[in-house]
Amino acid sequence: MGEGKEVPQGTLALMVLKTLQSMGSLHGYGIARRIEQTSGDLLSVNYGTLYPALLKLEQEGYIASEWGVSENNRRARYYRLTRAGKKQVERETREWNETAAILGRFLNPEESR
Amino acid sequence: MSLRSSLLRMAGLFHSQRRDREFQAELESHVQLHIDDFVRSGMNPAEARRQALIKLGGIEQTREAWRRQGGLPAIESLTQDVRYAFRAMRKNPGFTCIALLTLTLGIGANTALFSVVNGVLLNPLPYPHSEQLAILYQKSALADQGAVSYANFLDWQRQNETFLSMAAFREQSFNLTGEGEPTRLSGHEVSADFFPTLEVKPVLGRLFTGDEDRVGGEPVALIGGGLWKARYGSSPSVLGRGITLNGVRYTIIGVIPETFLFYNGYGTQVWTPLGQWNDPTFRDRRIAMGLNVIGRMKTGVTLDRGRQDMERVAHTLAEAYPDADKGAGVTMVSFKQDMVGDIAPFLLVLLAGVGFVLMIACANVANLMLARATGRAREFALRSALGASRGRLVRQLLSESVLLGVAGGVLGLALAASGTRSILALLPDAVPRTREISVDFRVLIFTLAVSLLAGIGFGLAPALRAWRSNLMDALKEGGRGVAGRRLRAQNAFVVIEMATALVLLVGAGLMIRTLAALWSVDTGFDPHNALSFYVAMQPDLGSDPTHIRAELRKIHEAVRNQPGVVSASVLAGSLPMQGDSELPVWKIDEPKPASAAESKWTLFYGVEADYLSAIGLNLLSGRFITQVDSEHSPQVVVVDDYFVHKYFPGQNPIGKRINVGMLDLQPEIIGVVGHVKHWGLDTDATAKVQAQIYIPCTQIPDRFMPLVGNGIAMVVRSANDPGAQIPAMRKTLANAQQVVYGAETLEEIIAGSLAARRFSMVLLGIFAALAVVLSSIGIYGVISYLVGQRIQEIGTRIALGAQRGDVLRLILGRGFALTLSGVGSGSVLALILSRQMKKIIYGVSPSDPATFAAVAVLLIAIALLACYLPARRAMRVDPMIALRYE
Repeated sequence: MGEGKEVPQGTLALMVLKTLQSMGSLHGYGIARRIEQTSGDLLSVNYGTLYPALLKLEQEGYIASEWGVSENNRRARYYRLTRAGKKQVERETREWNETAAILGRFLNPEESR
Repeated sequence: MSLRSSLLRMAGLFHSQRRDREFQAELESHVQLHIDDFVRSGMNPAEARRQALIKLGGIEQTREAWRRQGGLPAIESLTQDVRYAFRAMRKNPGFTCIALLTLTLGIGANTALFSVVNGVLLNPLPYPHSEQLAILYQKSALADQGAVSYANFLDWQRQNETFLSMAAFREQSFNLTGEGEPTRLSGHEVSADFFPTLEVKPVLGRLFTGDEDRVGGEPVALIGGGLWKARYGSSPSVLGRGITLNGVRYTIIGVIPETFLFYNGYGTQVWTPLGQWNDPTFRDRRIAMGLNVIGRMKTGVTLDRGRQDMERVAHTLAEAYPDADKGAGVTMVSFKQDMVGDIAPFLLVLLAGVGFVLMIACANVANLMLARATGRAREFALRSALGASRGRLVRQLLSESVLLGVAGGVLGLALAASGTRSILALLPDAVPRTREISVDFRVLIFTLAVSLLAGIGFGLAPALRAWRSNLMDALKEGGRGVAGRRLRAQNAFVVIEMATALVLLVGAGLMIRTLAALWSVDTGFDPHNALSFYVAMQPDLGSDPTHIRAELRKIHEAVRNQPGVVSASVLAGSLPMQGDSELPVWKIDEPKPASAAESKWTLFYGVEADYLSAIGLNLLSGRFITQVDSEHSPQVVVVDDYFVHKYFPGQNPIGKRINVGMLDLQPEIIGVVGHVKHWGLDTDATAKVQAQIYIPCTQIPDRFMPLVGNGIAMVVRSANDPGAQIPAMRKTLANAQQVVYGAETLEEIIAGSLAARRFSMVLLGIFAALAVVLSSIGIYGVISYLVGQRIQEIGTRIALGAQRGDVLRLILGRGFALTLSGVGSGSVLALILSRQMKKIIYGVSPSDPATFAAVAVLLIAIALLACYLPARRAMRVDPMIALRYE
C-alpha cells in the first residue's frame, strides 16, 4: 500500500468498461487485478473502491452481472458489458482521447506547432 | 443522475437486506479468490487473508461505500436521523414532554385561531359566486348604512344597470299557531328575487313567483330544512299544507336547504313574500321599515362601478321625490365585508398575539435544546471524530427539532380541533360565520408550515452551535464546554421572551382597560335587575285600535302583578342597543321641513308611565309620563337632554310644543330625562341620530295601533334576579295566546354589545398568561443553568466568606438584568404595535402609561420570583460539596 498512483477521479469507470470490453465476462477481483496489471502496477487502489463503481455502472445499465463459477471452482459474481455499455466505452474512449489531446497540446505547446 | 439509476437507487431503499447479503457473498468470494492467488504464490493462508483484506481496504469500509452507492444517501441518512431522533426523544422523556407540551400549546393556539380567521375572513361566503354579491343601504341624514324604504327599493331594482338581480329582505319572526302550543319561528319576508339572487334552489317544491310578491297575491310560504325535519319529519307531503303564521293562513310551497344560512348562525325557519304587505307606512317612501337590500352584480362589474351607477339612480330619485329622497344616497358594500368587516381588526390582533405566543414557545424549546446540546457536546465530538461531517451533525440536530415541531403540530391540531369549538361556544355572538369554521385544507397547510418553521426556528440555534463548535475544545473540556457563548444565546432568547410577553401583556391590559372603560360608561339607564323581552300578540288581535290599547293595558297588568316585579312598561319602538326607530320632528312654529334630509331626527320610544322606573331613567326636570296621560288627554312628550341641547339650546323646553312627523302628533314637552346610550356604549357619541323622545304609547294615533300590535317589547324591573322571571312571564302570557321571545336581562344586552371585545380580551388574556408562564420557565431555566455552571465559584465565594445575601443578590441581579432588558425592549415594541389596536380599544390611549407600568411591574415581579428558586439553591450551596466537585 502507499506505492503507486491513485486512480484519477472518474477514470475508474472507463477502466472497468474497457477491461470488460477486452476480457468479456469477469468477476470483481479479476477486474481489479487486470486494471492493476494493465497499468503496469503503477496504479494501486484499494480493491474495495471498485465495488461502488461496479454498482453504479450496473445502475446506469452499462454492465450486467450474474453468479458463476471461477476457473478454480469458486462461486463469484461475473460482470459483462451490455449493449449500452459497449456504446458507452466507445463514447468515453473518444472523449477521453480528445481531452487527452487537448491537454497534451496545452502541456507540450512546442510539439503542436 | 439518470432517471433509471435514481429509480434503482430508490428501489434500493427497500429489500436492502437481501441485496446486502448478496454483496456480503460477493465480497467473501473476492477475498477468497485473492487468498487463493496469494497461497498459490506461496504465502501461508493466515498471512494471505491479512494481505487480501488490506488490499481490499477493509470489509466494513467497502460495504459502507457500496451501500452509499446503493441507496439514496440523503434519504437514507434522513431516515437514520429520524430514527435516531426518535431514540433521543425516548431516552429523554422529561425534555421531550416539556418541549412537546410547549409546542402543542403554541401550535394548537395558532391553528385554532387561524382556523377562525380562515373560516371567517379568508373563505368565501357559502353562496355560489359570492364575490358578486353586495349589500345596499340607504345613506341619509340618519345613517350611512340605513334601512331602505320599499318604494325606493322597487325603483333601485328597476333603474339600476349594475345588477343581474336585486332583492329585499326584512327580518320578521312569526307566531305559529293552530298546531299545539304557539311557537315563535324565526323568519324573513323576502322579495321574489331573493333566492334567485343568492342562487339558492329549494330541496323540494318551488320558490316565490313575481305574482305572489304583490298585494293580493296568494299567501304562500317557504320553510327551512330544519323546520321541515323537526316538524314535518322531512315528508314530501308538506307541499300544499297550511301553516298559520301571525294569524294568517299560508300554504307551504317549498323547502329551502337546511344548510342555507343568512347572517344568523341558525337556519331561518320561514320565508313569506314581502310584497304582499299592504301597510301604508310600509309603502311610504319616507319610511324604511327595517328593509335591507342585496344584489348580485353582473359579471365583470366592480363595486366602484356599481357605486357610481347607484349614485346615479339615487340622484334621479332625489329629483323625483325631494320630500323623501333629497340628499339621500346609496352605500354599497360587498356582502362579505358587510358580514365580517367589523370583526376583522379583532381577529388580526388576536392572530398576531397568538403568533407571539408561538415565538416564546419556540424560544423556550430552543433554550432547552441548547442546554441539551451542551450536554451532548461530547457525543457530537465523538461522532465527528468518527467521521460525521458538520453538515451531517447539523442535519441530525435539525431532524430532531423538526420531528419535535411536527409532533407538536399533530398534537396541536388535535388540540385546536377540539378547543376551537369550546372557545367559540363560550362566547357566542362574538364572531359571525362560526358554523363555517372547520379544519380545512388551508388550515392543515398552515399548521404544517408553522410546525416546520417552528422546528427549524428553534433547531437552528443548537445546529449553528454544532456547526461552529470546535472538535478539540469539546473533547478537551469534557462536555462542560463553551459556556460563555452558549449563555449569550440563551440570554438573548430570554430577553426576546420577556419582550414578547410584555407586548402581549400590554395588549391584554389595554383590552381590560377598554372593557372597564366601557362598563363604567353611563348607559343612561340602570341595567341591574332589569329584564326585557318581546311579546307577540295573540293571532286574533285584529286591527281595532281600542281593542289593541286594551290588550296592551292587560299585558301590563299581567306582568306587573307577577310576584317579584317592581315595575313594568310596554315599549313600542325599539329597545336601547337593539334596533332603531327614528322620526323627523320640527317646532310648532316652524314650517314642515321640505325633505327628510332637512328634518331634525329623533329616536322615539312609545312607553307607559312605569318606563321611567322600569328601565331606570334619570328625570332631570319636569315630570315623566303618568297614568293620567292617555288617548283621551292632551298629547305630551318627554325629551332627553341631548334633544334639548340640540334643538332648544339655552332654553327651557318645558311647555313648548313640537310636531312629531309621521305620527301626526303635536305634543307638549312635559319633562326632560337623561340621554340613553342607544347605539352602544362606544359608538353612541358618533351616531347621526342621538336625540330621543318618549311618547305615551296609548297616544299613538289609531291608524298606527295595528303596527304597534305587530310586536311590542316589555321592560321589567324585578326585586331580584330578573332572569328567573322569564319562565313565569312566558307562562302568564301564554294563557292569552301571547308569545314571549328574545328575553334578555339588560345586563346581558350590554354584555352582548361588547361580545367581540370581551372575546378579544379573554383570548388576549389567555395568550398573555401563556406567554408569562412560558417566559418565566425560560428565565428559570437560564438562571438554574447559570447556578449549575457557577456552583464551584459560588462555593468558593462562600468558603472565602461571602454572605448568603451576596450570593442571592448576585444571582437575582443576573435575572433582573435580563428581565429589565426584556421589559425595556418589549415596551418599545409594544409602543409601536399597540397603535394597531386603535380600532378596537376605547377610552384608553394605545400608549397608556398606567397599563405599561402595571404590566412591566407584574412581569418583573413574576420573573424575579422565577429567578428566586434557583437563587435560593445557590444561596444554600454547601462550600465543601461544591468544592469537592472538582
